[in-house]
Amino acid sequence: MKPFDYHRPETLQAALELLTDPGATAYGGGTNLLDMMKCGAALPGTLVDVTALPGLQGVSRAADGRLRLGAALRNSDLARDPLILAEAPLLSEAVLSGASGQIRNMATTAGNLLQAPRCPHYALPESPCARRDDRTGCAARDHAGRDHAVLGWDDSCRAVHPSDLCVGLAALGATVEIATLAGRSEQPLAALHPLPSAGRALEPGALITAVLIPAASLGLRARYVKVRERTSFAFALVSAAAGLEIADGRITRAGLALGGVAATPWRRAEAEAALIGAAPGPETFARAAALLLQGASPSGENGFKIALAERVAIRALSEAVTPRAGQAAWPGSVFDAPKEDTPDVA
Amino acid sequence: MSHDSYPMRVMDAAEHGLTLPAAPLRYGSGGKVPARRDGLAKVTGAALYAADRQAEALLHAAFATAPVARGRVVALDTQAALAHPGVVQVYTPANRPPLAQHPDEKRHPFNFRHEALQDDTIRYAGQPIAMVLAETPEAAAEGARLLAPEIAAEPPRVDHDAGTPWQPEMVGFFAPAQAEVGDVARGLAEAEQVVEVEIETPDQFHNAMEPHAILARWEGPEKLLLDTPNQGPVMIAGLVAGYLGLPEGAVEIRTPFIGGGFGSKLMIYGAMILTALAARDLGRPVKTVLSRAQMYGPVGHRAGTRQRLRLGIGSGGRLTALDHEVTALASSFEDFVEPSGHASQHLYAVPNLAMRHSARRVDRGTPVAMRAPGEASGSAALEVAMDVAAEAAGLDPLAFRLSNYAETDPATGRPFSSKALRECYAAGAEAFGWAGRPAARMGRDAEGRLIGWGMGTSQYMCTMYRGEARVKVHADGTASAAIAGVDMGQGAWTILAQCAAEGLSMDPERLRLTSGSSVLPDGAVAGGSGHTATAGMAASEAGRNAVEQLISLATADPASPLFGAGNSGVVARDGRLSRADDPSRGESYSEVLARAGLAEVEGQGVGERVQAHREGYAMFSHGAVFAEVAIDPELAQMRVTRMVGAFACGRILNPRMVQSQLEGGLIWGLSFALHEEAQYDPATGRILNADLAGYHVPAHADIPQLTTLTVAEEDPYVNALGVKGVGEVGITGSAGAIANAIRHATGFTPTRFPIRIEDVLAHL
Ligand SMILES: Cc1cc2nc3c(=O)[nH]c(=O)nc-3n(C[C@H](O)[C@H](O)[C@H](O)COP(=O)(O)OP(=O)(O)OC[C@H]3O[C@@H](n4cnc5c(N)ncnc54)[C@H](O)[C@@H]3O)c2cc1C
Ligand code: SF4
Repeated sequence: MKPFDYHRPETLQAALELLTDPGATAYGGGTNLLDMMKCGAALPGTLVDVTALPGLQGVSRAADGRLRLGAALRNSDLARDPLILAEAPLLSEAVLSGASGQIRNMATTAGNLLQAPRCPHYALPESPCARRDDRTGCAARDHAGRDHAVLGWDDSCRAVHPSDLCVGLAALGATVEIATLAGRSEQPLAALHPLPSAGRALEPGALITAVLIPAASLGLRARYVKVRERTSFAFALVSAAAGLEIADGRITRAGLALGGVAATPWRRAEAEAALIGAAPGPETFARAAALLLQGASPSGENGFKIALAERVAIRALSEAVTPRAGQAAWPGSVFDAPKEDTPDVA
Repeated sequence: MSHDSYPMRVMDAAEHGLTLPAAPLRYGSGGKVPARRDGLAKVTGAALYAADRQAEALLHAAFATAPVARGRVVALDTQAALAHPGVVQVYTPANRPPLAQHPDEKRHPFNFRHEALQDDTIRYAGQPIAMVLAETPEAAAEGARLLAPEIAAEPPRVDHDAGTPWQPEMVGFFAPAQAEVGDVARGLAEAEQVVEVEIETPDQFHNAMEPHAILARWEGPEKLLLDTPNQGPVMIAGLVAGYLGLPEGAVEIRTPFIGGGFGSKLMIYGAMILTALAARDLGRPVKTVLSRAQMYGPVGHRAGTRQRLRLGIGSGGRLTALDHEVTALASSFEDFVEPSGHASQHLYAVPNLAMRHSARRVDRGTPVAMRAPGEASGSAALEVAMDVAAEAAGLDPLAFRLSNYAETDPATGRPFSSKALRECYAAGAEAFGWAGRPAARMGRDAEGRLIGWGMGTSQYMCTMYRGEARVKVHADGTASAAIAGVDMGQGAWTILAQCAAEGLSMDPERLRLTSGSSVLPDGAVAGGSGHTATAGMAASEAGRNAVEQLISLATADPASPLFGAGNSGVVARDGRLSRADDPSRGESYSEVLARAGLAEVEGQGVGERVQAHREGYAMFSHGAVFAEVAIDPELAQMRVTRMVGAFACGRILNPRMVQSQLEGGLIWGLSFALHEEAQYDPATGRILNADLAGYHVPAHADIPQLTTLTVAEEDPYVNALGVKGVGEVGITGSAGAIANAIRHATGFTPTRFPIRIEDVLAHL
């Protein structure tokens, strides 16, 4: 491993100053960054550990009623936070469906947002990968597989954003608070995960300080559904987060996002608009899901993900309205309630 | 015994072999079953694995590996690596010290050809191409990265279609590539129906938790001590000596604890030889610990196969013919071929029976044996074909298997030494509730999930080697046994002590076992599920031999109450000898020794199969596995919800250890069916998921309710202990059972393993 300096500053100012060094990188739980350093995909000269910074901790309610999740809040703490469980349990479901207990104990909110793509070539420094290194091409261009994108991709990159948490955050319309030496700003979550056709995510030297959930997204009926072969410790093949508000038999607010299909948690205003004002039910959900997948195309041997994603979106919407009996609130996998007995065969 | 006397620090550099007393725990009815001898050392961290060991002035090694599967190394930036602080030496083919045996020279079947920096050719991605020695592991790893190899790459031959066809004569370890009994063409022609199943299985990697690691130290010009996990310490120590030009006995391998081997720790690999070579060259101990990624290539794997089975079905659901064709992937430089076809040759009664293997040479690391080599992949395909045939015959899968129950080995016509498979079917079916299985598609459960039930037959041969052991009875009434046993988690520490104690007619609690070093009597390799049979029998025979000596001493001594009883007139029990005709007349072993003025007697024992039995009988462990799956009807997410396995494995020496082996087998079968697969990049031949995040094995949450049962089986022929192997049989049958359950739930016949969401999705 390339030798590096390690700092754990205690003020935001000190952290931002350390980050002006072009070789410096923010360090949360290190569960992703360290792996990238070991394989040579990331070679920072200085690590700036953000977990001791005041103001990046905990879950709190902002003056305007929004929920504020600290950037250095550990994933495990997020998942068990009483405010989250009461008002945005979708996030708990999403977080607990991801990684493993050990990783979640270390991983932070911001680190989860900015984790590297799970394209295998990204972690193989010998492979050309524009996403890792602006100069070279894309090793996945001719041989993209089931873990690559079916939406929003182009020939410069076919990788998907691997996070579960972000899918839930996207459905809730979260925004991200960013600090630089010039001051603080707020951006939509999507700005952090640009499609390959757009530019860079976070400007160098910037730190994420918090993620904010709009007050109107709190208390929605919501559900995170994640599909994968392995029950735990596996990224989503496809996932979906749905949050709905229903009044008088009509949907009055809707958030819908897909994971595992694009470089960003995939949302489409048209899909959400199609839900608003409609009666919740299979037809409404199918229409919204179809709109959400509009324009999807295989980037390799992954065309099946298009139909699958549509079904996962429908499932998330219907379970947001009617939770399945016997289903625990988390960790959000389709098979969370293991059966003890021989099933009654119908 | 108390916990205090249990060693909390185990083995330092001076010891040859580790000695462990009995565990302070027992369980089972009346506390009769010994708990793991090594358990406490492991849970307290006292048990040192090779990578845990330290030495004075230790150097650390790291390897640079080939980024492509085929080509040449053109340049390495050794200057950059040497300039990195802490880096001491860089070995490349240009300066690697000489070897007495070329890494590609095969003097012995287990001299697997490997890469020890002999030249600049690249024959698979991940192959070691340079070795960096440094003061810290981090500096060595960074040195290896800085080598930034320049490669002249050639298009790799990565998969079946690009591979070079090759017809091997032997597959597996010396097994024939082809065989035919009867006339398969005629049997198929005469069949009422013929079913054909084609199935592809992927490359799979052993992925033991413990990485391959070697600590090499020279204790003299002709004395090399290797701390390394190894499944065949005596054999491999001899082979290592050959490469280094050392006389026999110059190399000691110490391997008291192995964190899983599964076959991958039975091979010679470059790092092993190079670590010893570097330590000699630099005059300092050297430690190498392979990274997880570096275990994908140089230390073997289970080769991918394409299999085609044709089954002819005659009247009454009887098989008229079975033809098993296998194309296995082989490396370009070594001849190991996955012997999958053998899995179908001894199981079902079929008059016309054939198997044919061919191979495709590809630019991948060499495959070797991996837990149930051949049997696992062959059984997976066979059991699916059997269910397709059962359906064609209009029979329940179990009824179909019973109607083709083999009373004698169909391949050889020999009787089975014992075969309680019928009892396994019955016990497993009963525990599972198989009788309620609907013949057609299963239907849904209360939550709307598609449910399917499937089964498979398990079979694994009873391997036996030749092993030796030494057992002593001491004047203080205790005993000790010495054997180069191999404990890779399966429980050899415990079982071998139990066997020695049984031979001694003593409580294992009074016996210390010394094991884990190649300087001890050769317990033979731990592979093919034959270690307990071989080393256990040797230990038991050595104990018996020691007792015979005690009996001779006593019966010849006029002062002994046993004087004149004759050898056959004396019974040994619980550390005492007594007269067969009058049990009240006797004395303890220590009394015999005390009067003879001896500190101890030493018994020698050999474990091997009686030749006449070997030639006269077919010997196999058997079992029946039943599985239930639940499948999301829209999303195709599959989960195994229940598994029951009933096994007949001869005598069960330690039920708890057997249970963990059998459960491990079922889990591996599940892993085979639904998870494991190495993915190769077609462009470079690199493995794209060479880590445990990408190469999936089941997580705890994937493991359903598992039930393992054993049925009683007495086998007078298999060996003196009557034990058959339990280590591998559980994988066979289980992958097929899960595939068949998926088939029952969906109607879809799998064409590849692992079975993927997209495969099932297309059939919902
Ligand atoms: C085997 C495995 C399985 C996994 N499975 C899943 C899964 O199923 N679902 C899932 O969602 N995730 C999964 N993960 C990913 C895991 O969630 C991430 O590794 C983790 O969330 C990263 O958080 P961290 O704090 O450790 O990030 P780090 O590794 O510390 O950092 C990651 C990136 O974020 C940057 N960063 C960190 N904090 C800040 C900040 N405050 N401001 C600006 N930049 C910052 C770092 O510079 C770095 O680029 C898995 C990981 C592993 C290893
Ligand atoms: S798909 Fe993206 S991450 Fe993968 S190799 Fe191409 S550019 Fe890199």
